[in-house]
Amino acid sequence: MNRRDSLKFLGIGTLAAATMVEACKPKNEKLAEDTTNKPGENEEAGRLPNEVARDKKLNEEKFFNDHEMATITVLADIIIPKDARSGSASDAKVPDFIEFIVKDMPENQTPMRGGLRWLDLQCLNRYNKTFVDAASAQQLEIVTAIAYPKKAKPEMQQGVAFFNLMRDLTATGFFTTKMGIEDLGYVGNSPNKWTGVPADVLKQYGMENV
Amino acid sequence: MTSNLWSLISSLEHHMNDIQIKKSATSYDAIVVGSGAGGGMAGYVLAHAGLKVLMLEAGPFFDPAKDSMQLKWPYESPRRGASTNTRNFGDFDGAFGGWDLEGEPYTTKDKTEFYWFRSRMLGGRTNHWGRISLRMGPNDFKGHHIDGLTDDWPITYDEVKPFYDKVDRMIGVYGTVENLPNEPDGIFLPPPKPRLNELYIKKGAAKAGVKVIAGRGSVLTEALPNNKDRGACFFCGQCGRSCKVYGDFSASSCLVIPAMKTGNLKVIPNAMVREVLTDANGLATGVSYINKDDMQEYQVSAKIVILGASAGESARLLLNSKSAAHPGGLANSSGVVGKYLHDSTGSSAGGWLPQLLDRKRYNEDGTGSIHIYGPWMSDNKKLDFPRGYHIEFGGGMGMPEYGFGFGMQDMNGAVPGRDGKMKEAGGFGASLKDDYRRFYGTGFGMAGRGMAIAREDNYCEIDPNVVDKFGIPVLRFHYKWSDYEIKQAKHMQETFQSIMHEMGAIYSPMEGPETNYGLEAPGRIIHEVGTVRMGDDPKKSALNKWCQAHDCKNLFVVDASPFVQQGDKNATWTILALSMRTAEYILEQRQKLNV
Repeated sequence: MNRRDSLKFLGIGTLAAATMVEACKPKNEKLAEDTTNKPGENEEAGRLPNEVARDKKLNEEKFFNDHEMATITVLADIIIPKDARSGSASDAKVPDFIEFIVKDMPENQTPMRGGLRWLDLQCLNRYNKTFVDAASAQQLEIVTAIAYPKKAKPEMQQGVAFFNLMRDLTATGFFTTKMGIEDLGYVGNSPNKWTGVPADVLKQYGMENV
Repeated sequence: MTSNLWSLISSLEHHMNDIQIKKSATSYDAIVVGSGAGGGMAGYVLAHAGLKVLMLEAGPFFDPAKDSMQLKWPYESPRRGASTNTRNFGDFDGAFGGWDLEGEPYTTKDKTEFYWFRSRMLGGRTNHWGRISLRMGPNDFKGHHIDGLTDDWPITYDEVKPFYDKVDRMIGVYGTVENLPNEPDGIFLPPPKPRLNELYIKKGAAKAGVKVIAGRGSVLTEALPNNKDRGACFFCGQCGRSCKVYGDFSASSCLVIPAMKTGNLKVIPNAMVREVLTDANGLATGVSYINKDDMQEYQVSAKIVILGASAGESARLLLNSKSAAHPGGLANSSGVVGKYLHDSTGSSAGGWLPQLLDRKRYNEDGTGSIHIYGPWMSDNKKLDFPRGYHIEFGGGMGMPEYGFGFGMQDMNGAVPGRDGKMKEAGGFGASLKDDYRRFYGTGFGMAGRGMAIAREDNYCEIDPNVVDKFGIPVLRFHYKWSDYEIKQAKHMQETFQSIMHEMGAIYSPMEGPETNYGLEAPGRIIHEVGTVRMGDDPKKSALNKWCQAHDCKNLFVVDASPFVQQGDKNATWTILALSMRTAEYILEQRQKLNV
């Protein structure tokens, strides 16, 4: 089939990228001719029944309590705040993502739970308040003490390890959302004709003859 | 008798009848076990020639057009595309199954570390593979003369070339004609141009004395003129998810589904074959399989049995198919079935390019296969290991997924900020958020994939004590890397360091002896071949040069099990060529087989 036909096959014509993606969303179909386990009502195309069941089960579980979620939310927004270009981590629902991830990847549960508790004990000892209840300046003070691995004091090292994990999960959780992807400026994941690095970019880096 | 006794007897009969062996009334011209590259090609050729073929696939039906996760955004997965137990390469990856299949264990002995990736689905692992499509060269088929360390295949490159040519035309592969002695050129579609990071790799590799050419991938960078079923690639970079327009090679989309349209190929999914059945004369008569949907056992007969279950699984089937005529397992009078198992060597490295901070954005997805490739060019006389490896390179502005942004504290302290001043590594807030933007698209990676020497004492056998959930005895692996493979990995690491240095990249020190220089554990590269090797001597091989069993003339094997010695080339293209060759041989020989 030619390229025009193949675009039609995907359900897209000569539309803009965003519309193309919408049109490509799969309908609720079971795997073609899959006779193992009759598909459930909300089964996604291409998903095996046990995958759907696992995510459903995970979504019904709850790991973090309300206090932990509140702490995660404050931390996430300190790590990735709202700015001129895009919203904050909590605007992009990063705390909910972190909750799902620790259920999906249980090896993160103790480092996260323990790290949050470690943080609260630091704050209680310093400020007589938990992290979420401390004043903004105090929150920034304790974060500053664990956010710079090369500068942190040795007794803060567990906090550094926790904050590295928290930073990683926040960044991944943010930049894989629609908001984060637009912030980053990623313009792929849509039908394209790749003809190599654009000429102006080749010139910028002196790569015309490589 | 009392009515109580009657009802007891009839309830016993009812329970005893719950599991049966159901014998199929239909007899087929051929049964093909497995629907991957080898099984798919055999089914395709035979069905198009008018044979009635039954294909048994252990996993569910899979049609990339309907079932692929292509073009989904990371936020359409709650884990943003991270891997799971059931999709080891990512939530959108095109392979079901993986290293651990529930109820289908394998075992190891003598401190073996072996990982076995099984993808139970129509098309098998061809749905998610990297589409890197390399012909084995003359020195790969006949390498003994080089250093005496390997056994020769009973066939030459020239005998296989016509089939490579046909596969190229039929399925499509991109690349450039290079006239390299052991990297035979194909009939190529135009290759995709390098991404910006890949231009830096090319430039750095040239300075390091490492040859880099265009990649060779089974992706339709142009439409195939004689094929209306497949669309041309539209450069989304997601071949690993399988392609909704059949723009890349999957056995499901390119072989099995088209073959079904002839009306001559019946596919039964969720059918796990237990053993090959033979008659008193030792000829194959059919197979016994369990249907996972109704959990009943079926026997079906055919004039020819063709195994394409993958190296490992095909050996397992043969070893589990013992009879009076085949006491050591079917086709195993030589005792070689299970032996000479080998996987590719693999070691990798990566880094980032400070020159690419603050890049201009454009769509750089490209294809999902390699844009550039490093063939093995070195002189082994100067080295402490035999043969060699190729290098797969990549880097660019890809779609964010789980893992994006990890480890920023190892990067943002290494270069000046926007204000020109060095900053403290790590951090938080607006400046950190800006760092993710600045560093986006600076990363790259490289991986060596090399030739391991096939050895008799790297093997799989049947574990005498363990069965899977279907009652089928499982494989037990015995495998060790030798010093040759470890030294090859060391050379890979040294080469990567040299390239990255010449690129002006920032990167970590090389892997050291404590990790075997980053040499992946056996099985991890998922190129396992051998176990039912071909040869001219029935005392030293299980199959003849047509992949026909010496001991059983109506039994053939068409996956990577027949490989005598893998080259530093991925197996798939050779599997396709050999399977086509074997299928055409079957057609020519049908008279002689009295079928």
